[in-house]
Amino acid sequence: MNVILVLPVLLPLVCASLMLVLWRKRRAQRILNLASMAGMTIGGFVLLVLIYCNGIAVLEMGGYAAPFGITFVADLLSAIMVTAASMMGLVVAIYSLTDIDVRREAFGYHPLLQLLLMGVCGAFLTGDMFNLYVFFEIMLMASFVLLTLGGERGQMEGAIKYVTLNLISSAMFLAGVGILYGMTGTLNMADLADKVTEIEGPLLTALSMLFLVAFGVKAAMFPLFFWLPASYHTPPPAVTAIFAALLTKVGVYSLLRVFTLIFVHDPGTIHMIILVAAGFGMVCGVLGAAAQNEFRRILAFHSVSQIGYMLMGLGLFTVLSRSDSEETRLIVQAALAGTIIFVVHHLIVKPNLFLISGVVERLGGTGRLKDLGGFYVSMPLLSGMFIISSMSLAGIPPLSGFWAKYVLVRASLGLEHWLIAAAALFTGLLTLFSMVKIWAAVFWAPPPEYPLLDEHERDQAKRGLQPMILPIVVLAALIVVFGFAAGPIFDVAMMAAAQLMDPSQYVDAVFPIDEAATLNAAVDGDTSP
Amino acid sequence: MRSIILRSATRYLFPIIILFSIFLLLRGHDEPGGGFIGGLLAATAFALYAIAYDVKSARAMLRADHITLIGVGLLLATGAGIISMLVGDPFLATQWVTLNVPGVADVKLGTPLLFDIGVYLVVVGVTLMLVFHLAEE
Repeated sequence: MNVILVLPVLLPLVCASLMLVLWRKRRAQRILNLASMAGMTIGGFVLLVLIYCNGIAVLEMGGYAAPFGITFVADLLSAIMVTAASMMGLVVAIYSLTDIDVRREAFGYHPLLQLLLMGVCGAFLTGDMFNLYVFFEIMLMASFVLLTLGGERGQMEGAIKYVTLNLISSAMFLAGVGILYGMTGTLNMADLADKVTEIEGPLLTALSMLFLVAFGVKAAMFPLFFWLPASYHTPPPAVTAIFAALLTKVGVYSLLRVFTLIFVHDPGTIHMIILVAAGFGMVCGVLGAAAQNEFRRILAFHSVSQIGYMLMGLGLFTVLSRSDSEETRLIVQAALAGTIIFVVHHLIVKPNLFLISGVVERLGGTGRLKDLGGFYVSMPLLSGMFIISSMSLAGIPPLSGFWAKYVLVRASLGLEHWLIAAAALFTGLLTLFSMVKIWAAVFWAPPPEYPLLDEHERDQAKRGLQPMILPIVVLAALIVVFGFAAGPIFDVAMMAAAQLMDPSQYVDAVFPIDEAATLNAAVDGDTSP
Repeated sequence: MRSIILRSATRYLFPIIILFSIFLLLRGHDEPGGGFIGGLLAATAFALYAIAYDVKSARAMLRADHITLIGVGLLLATGAGIISMLVGDPFLATQWVTLNVPGVADVKLGTPLLFDIGVYLVVVGVTLMLVFHLAEE
């Protein structure tokens, strides 16, 4: 347990350092990259199984006891996220073999990818607010460089918006952490869950808004999403795919963690705000996408509306009192489970669509819909994969997206939030419209009269395409499996949601013995857990 | 810059600064000092050399590539944490051994020193990367 809990952070760190030592050896870096991602994926699955069987796991760094040292806590949600993130890392690492050019590799693409994964997995695992901030920064630094690597004009424009907004959100996060520490004297999340109850309600609500905005920017929540459509279409598709898989998810994860564990004093206000933002996000994102005419821009705007779905489950969260019936409890739990399922579903589907767009852009020479066409004839396999992924995104049964949306809409109807249910269904319809638009223009339409690439260039582009196709097929297969195994997946998500609903499980895992004993142990210096 | 005074002074200052940086590194365990400040000081020695002579000879003086330095430093610092995992303690728990140097004293060596050396190397690498790149502009 000791090793497996730090592995998702340690392995990429060690591999990134090794890559720095092997700076000029491209081949070695590629192999290390693949090996590290594969190791992380396996480690992630082992972690998931262990947590599923044994419950929440805790590791105290350096042996310093909980509220004083840094604690790593893995509950089922963390384990699910770590596993999914490392899997996407592996898939994108394979895709990058062809997609990333030599120049980007020479400037450290591989170590940066490792550091990005390290930051993301660290954020999923840490049980300490300041440590969360640190892992956020590691992730952001790596993503800043990945976004600008290559230095093309469009990239710079996207990067400026991305960097500015994210730095502002980091500043707010840090300010929030400082205020929280000033008020409670602790930053350990489990400890906070106990101690925030001492703060007056309105003050705590104001403080929670600081965190809502900070994490909202990272998650691309409704009024704060502008960096996302501005930057996602600029870097190479492999980078966009890993961004789409991980960056916003870390924000959503942090929101899920903080607003089920710490700021739960006034769900009538706070979670209502999240729910409203979720509704507006869904509709705005999908309308924005309808107005776009470029493959990756459409997908980027759709991310905004998909984030809306993820936040919808959190927005439906309420703290239950004794008087609430068992049925209400189950519905709220199902709403959180819906969010978790949607996060995992989106983590697989959206990157796959970006990966497909990468192949299309490579062979078509552009991402503009009007200059593309004829891919159904030339790439039938790719077209099939696109149909699976896009229909899953739109929520067509029996694919993964259908189940994710079904659970969420069902929960919102159960809690009598009619408006959000209507928004979710309407958004699903418009998503289908956008996906069909891409299908019609890129795959169904006849090839463009004046293709941007001539025969020779096209043949050149087709060389070494297998590493790009393989990940797409694997992910599409996963989407289908996800759809048919919805039952067991729902059960696991319900378990994870049950842990979120009951913060005492989390707190008890971090403080297994009574507090006085912990204090004594820390003072004695004998701190082995 | 071609200044005889600076060059001759640098020749004597350089080893002193490096020695002092190592002194700071070792002192850092119980008193003010440590890998970060030691690394900065060592980097200034090379920066001074680059000013007195030129960047090329300063790079030659450093011998290793600064990216390699950063990599090795990170590996040492991470390794300091991994050692404790090998003996079954949590990641980053400190481990100590006592070396008996005859005639001097018992020297206590531990993973924090290894961690600090890692920090030292990373700081030297990063600072020099910045300084050399700026100087070459």
